Amino acid sequence: MLGLNRNDFLMLLFVFVLVAAAPIFLNPFPEGSTFAQFNAGYPDLMQRFLIFGIFAIGFNILFGLTGYLSFGHAAFLGAGSYAGVWMLKLLTINVIPAIVVSTIVAGVFSLMIGYISLRRSGIYFSILTLAFAQMSFALAASVLTPITGGETGLQTTLSDPRILDGAAAGTGNIPAPSLFGLEMGHSWKVAVGDWLWTFNVGYYLCAFVLMIVFYISIRIFRSPFGMMLKAIKSNNERLSYTGISPRPYTLAAFVISGMYAGLAGGLMVSMDPLAGAERMQWTASGEVVLMTILGGVGTVVGPVLGAGIIKYFENIFSKINDGLLEQWFAFMPDGLADFMVTIVHPFVGKGWHLSLGLMFMLVVIFLPGGLVGGVTGLFRRLFRRRSH
Amino acid sequence: MTVALEVKGVNKRFGGLQALNDVNLLVDEGRIHAIIGPNGAGKSTLLNCFVGKLKPDSGTVLFNGQNLIGRLPHQINQAGVSRVFQTPEIFSDLTVLENVMIPALAHRDGIFELNALRPLRRETDIRTKAVDVLEDLGMEDKLDMTAASMSRGDKRRLEMAMGLVQEPKLLLLDEPTAGMSRADTNNTIDVLKHIGDSRGITMIIIEHDMHVVFSLADKISVLAQGTVIAEDIPQNIKGNPKVQEAYLGGAH
Ligand SMILES: Nc1ncnc2c1ncn2[C@@H]1O[C@H](COP(=O)(O)OP(=O)(O)OP(=O)(O)O)[C@@H](O)[C@H]1O
Ligand SMILES: [Mg+2]
Repeated sequence: MLGLNRNDFLMLLFVFVLVAAAPIFLNPFPEGSTFAQFNAGYPDLMQRFLIFGIFAIGFNILFGLTGYLSFGHAAFLGAGSYAGVWMLKLLTINVIPAIVVSTIVAGVFSLMIGYISLRRSGIYFSILTLAFAQMSFALAASVLTPITGGETGLQTTLSDPRILDGAAAGTGNIPAPSLFGLEMGHSWKVAVGDWLWTFNVGYYLCAFVLMIVFYISIRIFRSPFGMMLKAIKSNNERLSYTGISPRPYTLAAFVISGMYAGLAGGLMVSMDPLAGAERMQWTASGEVVLMTILGGVGTVVGPVLGAGIIKYFENIFSKINDGLLEQWFAFMPDGLADFMVTIVHPFVGKGWHLSLGLMFMLVVIFLPGGLVGGVTGLFRRLFRRRSH
Repeated sequence: MTVALEVKGVNKRFGGLQALNDVNLLVDEGRIHAIIGPNGAGKSTLLNCFVGKLKPDSGTVLFNGQNLIGRLPHQINQAGVSRVFQTPEIFSDLTVLENVMIPALAHRDGIFELNALRPLRRETDIRTKAVDVLEDLGMEDKLDMTAASMSRGDKRRLEMAMGLVQEPKLLLLDEPTAGMSRADTNNTIDVLKHIGDSRGITMIIIEHDMHVVFSLADKISVLAQGTVIAEDIPQNIKGNPKVQEAYLGGAH
């Protein structure tokens, strides 16, 4: 169906259900309960899951298939963000031009950077991409201030020209991006018993886009083009003696992944019309590498999962403070409760990086295929044992 | 008789070592031409000069009248020259079938094709072609195996399939039967003979196994220390004193 084989179609369906129902199952704990802290069903957080998911899906097309590890993909996300904000400022507060143009701008930008960086491979390629991204970051924060807003960043205001629709509504001085009048920030809240579910317009726009680009990524993985990219990772030199020129293939993969990054940037500013230079910094480029490796390099669904996990840690684990810990362990005798709080303390709150780091190490050491690779490996082993 | 490959005055030096010394070769179209010689004679180096892996210091390599020197590996392949390497060069992470479909696609679509949304499953012609060649080589039961997990002999047969599926005009084989069992070696001889006869592919084959050489070769060139010391039909090579000396001399 849809040009996919049965397994891929089921996976697409699975992701569809996951994404569509996320506002419900990401809020498993009733409002006000002890563990409500772990609920993740907030529009801005869920939007981030999907946006970074899109970023990671695209990154995986380059890194997962060809093995070329870019340390500069945040530059394309940043470029897309700026382009998106400019569309919202100059053209219309409708998000569609912003999303389309940010993808195109990032595509052109990645064509230039990729063309130069792909003259080298391995670590030199990674360093080149890193250098370009840091350069973009530095330029965006300084000399390009007229275009990027420098260190304060670029944002929309009510007085922007917006040649198509002029003045826009909004709270304070920031106009609210919308889709044909439907504001991105608009939500419907549904209370069922003690549970509260929030269905947000922006989230479902992100979900719609993610489903499309996820589908495209599956098609790329299963195409002759995708097979060539895998061959590049496996034995680049052999490919040229087979009559294939590897360079245009890697460049195409680079540009496609750059466009995914730009699309993510465009969605980001459609949800919150603000773009800053820090979005291009190397830490942001490194984050998408972690997401992809954690979820499973070269697996179709891994990057989405990795993005979700890292964003969950960053936003939920980081909010757990000692007060909350004491509340959780209150049922224990005093001494033990204090002890538990002391033990758990370094792993949560500001220490969330520690938990994430440990998890990352465990995955890399014990599950070389990432979480998805590990799970499929387990299933395969179980299945094989049963068939014997 | 048309000449498929004409090698004229090829020299290649690695530092102080003259690896190829004024090598001349005439390979007739549709024939199997063997290159033999002791270890380190420069046989693989010569093939490297044909496929764009090495650039000779001087000399020309004319393939159907066109000079191959200075052209890129993928251009040379697209011109109809396929090579099987001495140490198997395959796509280890991919399956056997994929390994053969890649060169088949390269043969059909050229050096680059942005067919990113076409399902591979729909490439039934390419698949059939790949399976046919693998069947000829007795590997039809290994289609979905990961290439890395195969024996050395199977990797060689796989690489041969990768070359044959492209229906090349010139096939370069660097010790195609090394590491193969006797039975597989004989099977390979049959396959190459059959293909040589039926499709008229010109072949250059480097081999240490004299059984293979004398079963297949229409003509033999003997290389020793970078120099061609003899070029003749098989019957005349056996009795050639220079050849005997080169082989015996190399043993001391
Ligand atoms: N890239 C290189 N750099 C330096 N020396 C090289 C290189 N390639 C080959 N040689 C040297 O050139 C000589 C010829 O090597 P070549 O591999 O062509 O021999 P061969 O005839 O194929 O031998 P064998 O039968 O062992 O495969 C050897 O002495 C080898 O060490
Ligand atoms: Mg050799």
